[in-house]
Amino acid sequence: MYKSNSLVWRIGGAQGSGVDLAASVFARACAIGGLNVFGTREYYSNIKGMHSYFTVVASSKQVRAHSNNVHLLSSFDSETVVRHALSVVPSGGIIFDPSVVKEDISKIPTMEREYVKRVLETLKSEGLGESVEDVLELAKKRDIVQISLPYLDLLKEVSKLVAEPQLSLLMRMVNIMAVSAAFSLLRYDFEFLSQSINETFKEREKIAKMNVKAAEYVYDYVRQTYGNILKFNLSPIKSSEERILISGTTSVALGKIAGGVRFQSYYPITPAADESVYLEDIEVFELKSEVEVESSIMSKTGSIVVFQTEDEIAAITSATGAALAGTRASTATSGPGFSLMVEGLSWAGMNEVPVVVTLYQRGGPSTGLPTRHEQADLLFAMHGGHGEFPRIVLASGDIEEAFYDAVMAQNYAERYQLPVIHILDKALANSIMTCRKFDPMKVIIERGQIVNKKDLNEEYKRFKFTESGISPRARLGDEGTIFWNTGDEHDEYGHISEDPLNRVTMMEKRMKKLDTVAKEIPDHEKLKIFGEESASNVVVSWGSPKGAILDSLELLKEEGIDVCYIQVKIMKPFPTKAMEKNLSNAKKVIDVENNYSGQLGKIIKSELGIGPTHYVLKYNGRPISIEEAFHGIMSAVKEDKKRIVLTGGV
Amino acid sequence: MSHTYKSDVHIDWCPGCGDFGILSAIQMALSEMNIEPHRVAIFSGIGCSGKTPHFINAYGIHTIHGRALPYAIGAKLANPNLVVLVIGGDGDMLGIGAGHFVAAGRRNVDLTCIICDNGVYGLTKGQASPTLRRGVKTKALPKPNINDAVNPIMLAIVSGYTFVARGYAFDVRHLKGLLKQAIQHKGTALVDVLQPCPSYNDIMTKEWYGGEDRIDPVTGKPIPRIYKLEDSGFDPMVHKPDEGEIVQKMCSAIAKSLEWGDRIPIGVFYCNPYVLTYEERLTSRIPNYLQYPPALQKIADEDGHPIANLEKLMERFKIK
Repeated sequence: MYKSNSLVWRIGGAQGSGVDLAASVFARACAIGGLNVFGTREYYSNIKGMHSYFTVVASSKQVRAHSNNVHLLSSFDSETVVRHALSVVPSGGIIFDPSVVKEDISKIPTMEREYVKRVLETLKSEGLGESVEDVLELAKKRDIVQISLPYLDLLKEVSKLVAEPQLSLLMRMVNIMAVSAAFSLLRYDFEFLSQSINETFKEREKIAKMNVKAAEYVYDYVRQTYGNILKFNLSPIKSSEERILISGTTSVALGKIAGGVRFQSYYPITPAADESVYLEDIEVFELKSEVEVESSIMSKTGSIVVFQTEDEIAAITSATGAALAGTRASTATSGPGFSLMVEGLSWAGMNEVPVVVTLYQRGGPSTGLPTRHEQADLLFAMHGGHGEFPRIVLASGDIEEAFYDAVMAQNYAERYQLPVIHILDKALANSIMTCRKFDPMKVIIERGQIVNKKDLNEEYKRFKFTESGISPRARLGDEGTIFWNTGDEHDEYGHISEDPLNRVTMMEKRMKKLDTVAKEIPDHEKLKIFGEESASNVVVSWGSPKGAILDSLELLKEEGIDVCYIQVKIMKPFPTKAMEKNLSNAKKVIDVENNYSGQLGKIIKSELGIGPTHYVLKYNGRPISIEEAFHGIMSAVKEDKKRIVLTGGV
Repeated sequence: MSHTYKSDVHIDWCPGCGDFGILSAIQMALSEMNIEPHRVAIFSGIGCSGKTPHFINAYGIHTIHGRALPYAIGAKLANPNLVVLVIGGDGDMLGIGAGHFVAAGRRNVDLTCIICDNGVYGLTKGQASPTLRRGVKTKALPKPNINDAVNPIMLAIVSGYTFVARGYAFDVRHLKGLLKQAIQHKGTALVDVLQPCPSYNDIMTKEWYGGEDRIDPVTGKPIPRIYKLEDSGFDPMVHKPDEGEIVQKMCSAIAKSLEWGDRIPIGVFYCNPYVLTYEERLTSRIPNYLQYPPALQKIADEDGHPIANLEKLMERFKIK
C-alpha cells in the first residue's frame, strides 16, 4: 500500500478551526524537504462549524492528484474520525483525541442524516455499537494503527512552556500540534516543519515562535510515546529545480498579471472570488524596469484595477467597457454568475471585443453544490448566449498550465477580437501543487491588429471587411479613430444596418474568424497527447481529471495496459482534425469527465460522427482520485463496462 | 474652434419626439465646451434613446438593455481621461437597469447620466415604464397603471449621486446649460429629462407640460406646469462639506422632487462637489492611477515578454 516514499495524509475538522492553515503548513514542510506535493480541499458552503478536510499527497515522484487511500489521518474532533477512519488503509494510522471516543455518532449535529444512517448500518453489520469508539474498533479490525493524542493535556504543558496561561488563546495551535504529531510518526525531520511554520507566520514572529515550541513539544512527546509505531516513514529528497507551491486561483491571477490584464471585475462567488481577492491584494506590483508614463515622469510600478460590481452582469459589461478603452480586461466567475453574463457575452461577440471570462465550474444545476467540484458547464460555455457569434473556449488541466493558459486566453482574445472563456473548475481552483517556477520568458504577449493612425487615409471603419475577418482595432480616446458599437447588426462603421446583404457579409466576417483561429493555432495548443499514440485504448478528457489520469497511467502500465491520453484544451473551435487523426486507430475510446452526461463525448460525437465507446463519469461533487481513474479505466478496458460511475470521496 | 458633433446617420425617431431636443442639447453642450470628439464616449442602452450615440460624432457605444452604466464605468476606470456620457430611457435606467443605477451612486465615478424620461416603453409600443404614475392610462395601455412610479431625483439623491438635475426636452437651451454643469461636475451626475412621447404618451404631452389646458383668464395665455428652480431662488449647492449642510440640501431637494402636477420643477436639485470620485478613491490604493491608468499601461517589453516583475510576485510561493 505504501510505496516509493509516497504518502497520503489527511486532516479534518470544523470549518473555521484552522484546518486549511495546518494543511498548508504540512504541505510546505513536505515541499521544503524536496518532495512533490499535491493538496486538495473539501468544504461545505458554511463559515463555521461544518466539516472540512484537506488531503495532501507528498512523494518523491511527481504527484498531480489526490488519493482516497489515506496513510495517516490527523483528527481532533469526533466527526473527522467517523468520516475518515475507514478511508485509512490497513497498517495506516489514525491520530485522534481520546476525549471524543465516547461520543454518540447520531448526536454529531453537522453530519447529514443520510450519512449518519449509512455509518450506523455499516457498524451494525459488523456487530458494533453507535459511538465513535465503535468506528475506531472497526478500524482496529482492519489493522489500522491508533494513536491517541490527549490534546488538552498537551496544551496545558505547552501553556507552561510558552508562558501563556489562557488556554483559549492557544486552541488554534491544536492544528499545528496535529501536524507535528504526524511528522513525528513519519520520522520526518522536525527542522522542515519548523521552517514551514516560520514562513507561514512570517510577519507574526511571536505566533511563529509559540507554534514552533508547541510543535516541538508534541513532536518529542509522540516520538517518546509511540516511537516507530508506523511501518512507514517519509524521507526528504534532493530537489534542484526552482519550485513554487501554489493554488489554482493564484496561478491564474499571476497569469493575468503576466499577460497584462489591468482591469478585473468580479462579483463574489465560490470558488472564483479567491482569484480577484488575491489580485486586489497585489494591485500595485513592481515592473522589471522603469517605464515612461508621461514625458520625463517614470513609474517603477504597474497596477491592476480590481472592480467589485453589483452583479455579474455589471462584471462582464464593465470588463467589456474597459477592453474597449484598450485595456486587457477580464472577469472571473462560476456557473450562476456565468448564467447572468451571457447577454453581455453575446454583445462582446457581436462587437468583436476582446474580453476574457475565467469560469470556475462548481456543482450545478442552480446553486447545486456550491463548494464542490463538477465539470458540467462545458456545453454551456460553448453555446451560452443568443445568436451565433465566434468565441474561444480554453480548458486548463492543471495548476501550472493554468498560468500559461491565462496569458494565452488574453492573446487569443486580442488576436481574434472575440470573447474567450477560460474554463477551469473547483478542484483546480482550490488545490495546491508544487510546480516548476513559472517562466515569464516563455510568455509572449501578442496584442493583435491595432489600427495604425498613419495608415488611416480614409475614415476609420471599425468593422472593415477583411480576408481573415479581423479588422484593426482602435481604443476609445485615440484621435482619428471614432467608431460606433451596437448590439444591432451593423455596417463597417458600426452603425445599425438591417440590410440583408450587409447582414450576410457581416455575419460571415465574424464567423470566419473561427476558421482563422482553427488555421492559426497549432495542434499542440489545442490538445496534448500523453502515452503511446499507437495504443488501442484512448482516454479522452479535459480539465482537472488530467492529474488523476496521468498519475494512473503508470499503474495501468504495470497492469500491462497501454493507454494513450488526449487532453483537449481548446474546446471551441473544436480540434476536429487532430482528434480524428488520434482516434482513427483506437479500439476503445474512454471518456473521463466530472459530469453526468459526458459532455466532451457529446462534442466529439457531433464533430467527428463517432464518439467515445466507454464513459467514466463522476458527479457526486468530488474530484476523481488516482485510484478511481485507474479502476475506472481498468473496468472499461478489462471488463468492457460501458458506463462507469465513480462515487469516491467524503 | 468648435467641433461638429453631428453624424451623418439618418435620425429615425418619430416626428415631435423629445429625443430630438435631448440630442441637440448634448451636441450643443459638447461643442460649446470645446471638447475634442475623440475624447468623448457616449454609452446607451436599448430603446429609442439607445440610438442616440449613432447620431453623434464621438465614440458611440450602443449596448444592451439596462447595462449602459457598467459598460461606461468600465471604460472610464480603464481610461479616466475620457469624457463619458451615458444615455438611456426611464425603463432602461430605472427598470431593468435599476440595480446599476443605484450602485453607480455609491461610487461617484466622474460621468454624466441622462435619462430620457417619458413614462412609456416607446420602442415596444407604449407599455408603462417605471416613471408612469399609478392610475394613469396612456393610450397603449389596456388598463390604467397599477404600479407606483419611481422618483428618479429622489432615488439618485439617496443612492449618492452628487449632481442631480432635471431638464425638459423642449427647453433645449436650459437643458444644454444643465448638461454643461453636469459634465463639468466631478462625480456622477444625473440629468433626468422630461420628454413627451408623441406616439404613446397621450397624457404628459408637450401641451400638458406647457399648460395649454389651463389658460390664464387675464393674459389669455397658457400657464405652464414647468418652472425653473433657479427662478424660484432654490439653492441646490452644498457650500461646505458639513454633515448638517448636506442633510439639509438633500432634504430640500427631495421635497422639491415630490412636486408634480400643477407645478413641475426643472433645474439643479442637488450638487455636492465635496465627495471624492471613485477615481480619486482609487489613488489612495494605486498612487499613480490617474497618470498611469489601465488603458495606458505598457504590458510587454520589446521582445513581448511581460513587463511585470513575476519573480517578485512569485517570491512568497517559492520553496526554499
